[in-house]
Formats: sequence, C-alpha cells, structure tokens
Amino acid sequence: MVAVKQTVEHVESLEAYKHGFITDIDQEFAPKGLNADIVRFISAKKDEPEWMLQWRLEAFERWLAMEEPTWAKVNFPRIDYQDAYYYAAPKTKDGPKSLDEVDPELLATYAKLGIPLKEQEVLAGVQGAPKYAVDAVFDSVSVVTTFKKELAAVGVIFCSMSEAIREHPELVKKYLGSVVPTSDNYFACLNSAVFSDGSFVYVPPGVRCPMELSTYFRINAAESGQFERTLIIVDKGAYVSYLEGCTAPMRDENQLHAAVVELVALEDAEIKYSTVQNWYPGDPKTGKGGIYNFVTKRADCRGDRSKVSWTQVETGSAVTWKYPSCVLRGNDSSGEFYSIAVTNGFQQADTGTKMIHLGANTKSRIISKGISAGKSSNTYRGLVSAHPKAKGARNFTQCDSLLIGKECAAHTVPYVEARNGQTVFEHEATTTRLSEDQLFYVMQRGLNQEEAVALLVNGFVKDVLQQLPMEFAVEAQKLVAISLEGSVG
Amino acid sequence: MLKIENLRASVEDKEILKGLTLDVPAGEVHAIMGPNGAGKSTLSYVLSGRGGYEVTDGSATLNGEDLLALEPDERAAKGVFLSFQYPLEIPGVPALTFLRTALNAQRKARGEDEVAAPAFLKLVREKAAELKIDFEMLKRSLNVGFSGGEKKRMEILQMAILQPKLLILDETDSGLDIDALRIVSEGVNAMRAPDRAMLVITHYQRLLDHIKPDRVHVLSAGRIVASGGPELALQLEAEGYDKYASAA
Repeated sequence: MVAVKQTVEHVESLEAYKHGFITDIDQEFAPKGLNADIVRFISAKKDEPEWMLQWRLEAFERWLAMEEPTWAKVNFPRIDYQDAYYYAAPKTKDGPKSLDEVDPELLATYAKLGIPLKEQEVLAGVQGAPKYAVDAVFDSVSVVTTFKKELAAVGVIFCSMSEAIREHPELVKKYLGSVVPTSDNYFACLNSAVFSDGSFVYVPPGVRCPMELSTYFRINAAESGQFERTLIIVDKGAYVSYLEGCTAPMRDENQLHAAVVELVALEDAEIKYSTVQNWYPGDPKTGKGGIYNFVTKRADCRGDRSKVSWTQVETGSAVTWKYPSCVLRGNDSSGEFYSIAVTNGFQQADTGTKMIHLGANTKSRIISKGISAGKSSNTYRGLVSAHPKAKGARNFTQCDSLLIGKECAAHTVPYVEARNGQTVFEHEATTTRLSEDQLFYVMQRGLNQEEAVALLVNGFVKDVLQQLPMEFAVEAQKLVAISLEGSVG
Repeated sequence: MLKIENLRASVEDKEILKGLTLDVPAGEVHAIMGPNGAGKSTLSYVLSGRGGYEVTDGSATLNGEDLLALEPDERAAKGVFLSFQYPLEIPGVPALTFLRTALNAQRKARGEDEVAAPAFLKLVREKAAELKIDFEMLKRSLNVGFSGGEKKRMEILQMAILQPKLLILDETDSGLDIDALRIVSEGVNAMRAPDRAMLVITHYQRLLDHIKPDRVHVLSAGRIVASGGPELALQLEAEGYDKYASAA
C-alpha cells in the first residue's frame, strides 16, 4: 500500500510534539554545577529560614555518598551532574503579587499551552462549568497560583512550596520528608537538596475541596533541570482532587526532571491525584534529546479508612522512572493505581507502583496499560506486599501490554510478597499485538489509518481513561492518539 | 456496476488471481464458487484493499471509478463492504460506538453531515430487531465473547446501517447453524436493491438455497472458468469441482 506509506511519512513529517516551543524571556540562573554553595544559593533565592537550608545541606551530604540506581530496564548515557543549571527563573523585581504583574510573555506561554491562568477567563465560561485552580511552575519557580482567595474562604491552602515554607512552616516541618525521606533514593535525595518549587496543598478536616486543583509544570531554560517538590496533606474526613500536567521545549540535549511528590491522607481522607505527563520525548527518528523523568511519588494512607487514587497518563519523556506508590498504614485504607504508559520512537519507560499493605483489611487495585510503538521499550514494574499485621489485605492487579509494530518491547515485572496467611492477591497480565487484521477490519468500515489506530488504542485504555476527570480524559485520549501518530507503517 | 477486467494479483510474489474477468450489474446477486485455494478470499481482499496483495495487471471499477487506487477506508466510503469470514474482536469499543464511528467516518468522507444520536439510535434499534440482536448486546465490546452466529449477525447489522453499494460476503455461512443461517440470509435478502450489487463467495451450495443468485461463477486457479444460472450451483454440489480443477 504505497498510499499508506505516504500517509505515514506525511504524518511523521508533521510536528507531532505540539509543545516544543521556547519562550524568549529574561532568566536568571545559578552558576552551572552542583555543590553546597549552589544549595545555599537556591535557599537564599527563596528567602528560606535556616532550618530549611540545613535540611537541604544534610540531604546534599547524603546524596554525595549515594550511587545512581541501575536496576531499572532503561539505558542512557551517564548523567554529568556538574554540567547543568540547578536554578533558572524568569527575572522579576519582587515577584508578582497578582496576575497583573506577571510577565505577559509568561501569560502568553500558558495561553499557548491552553492553561487558564486568568480567573475571569475561567469564570467567563459556561455557568456551572467546573473551576480549576492552577499553580503554574516555570522552570524553578511558581509564577502564579489562581483562586487562592476562594479556596482560603473554606480553609484550603493552595500555594507554591516556597510560599508554604515561609507562611506555613509548622505544616511543612511536620510533613516534608515524612513520606519520602531525604535518603529514600538517589533522585529523591538530590531533589531534597536542590528542589526549587512545586505546589503545596492543605485541606482542613471535613472539607471537600470545592474545585479541582492543578499544577502545570513547564521546563523552558536550556541545560537546566527541574526539581519540583509537591506536598499534599488532606486532614481527617477531607477530600481533594489534584491534577498535574507537564511539557517542555524540544531541545537536542537531555534534561533532568527529578521530582518528589508526597501525599498524606489522615483518617477518612481521600486524595485523587491525576497526572498527564507530556515532557518532550526526544526526536522520534534519532532518539536525540528529551527529558529524563526520574520521579518519586508516594502516598501515605496514614489514617484508618483513608483512600488514595493515582491515575497517570504517561506519553512523554525520553526515559521514565516512576512508581507512584501507596503505603497503606491505616486499617481499612485503600490505594489505587491506574496507568496508561505510551512509548514511541526511542522512548523508554520503566513505571508501575508499590502497594505496601501495613494495616488490617487494606485494599489495593492496580490497572496498568502499556502501549509500545516504534523502537521503544515499556516496562511495568510493581510491588504488592503485605506486612504480618496486614491481615485480610487484598490486591487485584491487571497489567496489559499492547505492541504496535515489530521493533518495540514490553516487559512486566511483578513482585509479590505476602508475609501473613490471610491475604488475597490476584494478578492478571496480557500482551497483545495490534494486528494488521484488526486495522484492516476497522478501515474497511470507513476509518482512515490514524482513526483506526486511535479507536483500537482507546478501546485498550478505556478502563483507565474512565478514572480521569472528564475534561482531562478527553485531552488524554487525544494525547494518546497524537503520541502514536505514524506508528503504523 | 462492478467491473473486473483481466485482474492479476499476487501475495509474496505468488500469483493467485490470474486474469480474472467479472461483471456484476446493479441489482444483481452473483455467487462465486470454487475449491479451496482457488483465490476466492484473495478476490474479496483485493477488492476491499487489504495490505499484502499486489495487483500486477488489470482493473476493478465500481460505477466507473477505479477501486484499486483507493485506500480501504476510501473504498468503504464509495460503498464497498466486506462481510468477513472471521469478524475481528475489538476490545473496549462498544458495538454501538463502533457503528456510529464508522457511519460518521463514511459520511464525512462523502461530505455529508454526521448522523445525530437520536436518529442513529432509532435506526440501530430497528435494524437490530430485524436481525434478532438484543440491543443490550450492542453495549458490549464488538465481537468480544460473541458466538460465531452473533458475529455474523453483527456483520449484517453493520451492512444494514452503512447501506453499501457493493456487498461482498466472504463465506458468510461458515460456522452458522440452520437458524442463524436463515436469519442472516433474510438480512442479506432485505438488502437487495436495484442500485446495489452483491458478490456471494461460498464453498457450499447451501447458502444459495437462502440467498438466490442471479448468476453463478466458478473460480478455479485464479480465473473464472465457468458461468451460468442458479442451476450451476446445484450441478457443482452434485459433481464437485474436479472437472474445473483440470480445466484450469
């Protein structure tokens, strides 16, 4: 089918990655490289109290003694940690107080990405349309957080991490590093030393957060890394739904993104955390460039009957190393992990979850859908464990892999440990190839090739898409289709 | 309507169709019969545009339009419909969604408006009832866990919704018990129309007891070696294909 080949070539020549532009803005940088002075520089830039600086320096000392992990099924050249900027921020005089003071160039960037930063624009929408409060993080700093007043009225704190350290030190001191300790792993430790910004959320007891909260991360500067830190605390009987999105320009060099996200759910609290990760994946033909996405995300279901649900749609990044996990400490607490991981071109993903059952009658559910195309590699790695005290623990795991083409790979690496006799762990796994027969069948009914692939893939990931908030699900569905454009030839 | 002239086609350099010529006028039903390996399925795939088949010579036109230059979806929009011998399973895509997506894709390609949901549902309910398909079944993933008979009925339902111009039935009777065969045949017969042509590909005569062909052709070793009226099918049933195997 010559025409098919031409169509595929045409699609490949289109700019599949739609967020690859660079914002031309005056930025200030820390000197290149990493040492204790850089840590001090970052802390000073953020006007941090002494205890925070000491916390960072201690983490830095520990990091120096650690080795980069090599167990993940990913390959990439050794990272030179001295050859990068650890702080990059748009130049401002005092930091904007309100939206009117934000650099118009930045507002234009977010508008181009489709992120509503102007509250009136959101409000101007259809009546009854859901509101989204947004924290926008540009390289190393949060540039603006919307709807703060409306949230404060019900006692919800939603601000940048830097602001939380200054304004709410008692909460930060109590919870920061309590879920992911500084020395947890190599990248989390690095993050603890040099983290720049991220979001902070506190929902007081009994409050159901009145709107979706979201953070939009953007890497813009060249040769820089982004080390965001997010901390969400949901107090007794409270609820929050939080969304996170990420993009970056197309650059030839690899850039490191090493984030730490900590969630704390107290008694009867519920957190729903959704991610649509679309970092620049590198050149699809050569594999050059792209983001190294080495992220530690963990939730502590500290209180009885607490519940945390992770949903992730991972389409970007050159290399992904990420296992959003739940420590099910409270009795009757539950954790969920729903994941769609798409790899194309030369992308490599090693992602999954850990469900650590500590309390009695804890429940967890894992649904993972991996899609590999091009020359990519996609690994699901998951741990389900039950402590001797976790009597009556239950887990259900379903891992499905879909292969598109003949040069990609899918792997499933489940670890299961039951240390008491009263647990029920179920595991199901399938691997299928998107067949020429299925494609032909769908095209014979009138869908063109791209539409046919999108229909089949959306069918494959349906169970997970249903978990996302509706507006996000539509976006995610499109994103999955775009990521796979030109994958069938 | 459908005109095939001196069609030659190969799979992996092996020639399967060796100069096939066939003319199916509008309003007629033609049966293609022949032994295994004669090229019956190849003919249906070449007409519908499946990959892996190389046309080396000849032509195939529908109402004067060259089919062979088009992609499978473009042919579908022009009215080519292939009822598969083994319909594929589409996990996660409800049959209703599939039907509506296909119908609207074809309409879009023809520059027509999309069908609104209420009108679409009314149409599906009506056609499903005719084929004795439980409407609830259409909310399940297409063909996943369906019996052989249910899958074939789904093919006919798709046909009834999409209203194609050229129907190609590839071994539609395989895997059907006698009741399912009757329902499916009634569905096909209901599709007969003055502006529509049908190509019924079958190994056995029994399907033709239900779907009466206007003409019967014998396909052997990649060519039409004999043509006649419905009586030819009965003769084949009695005598077998041996005579034609040697003729080719």
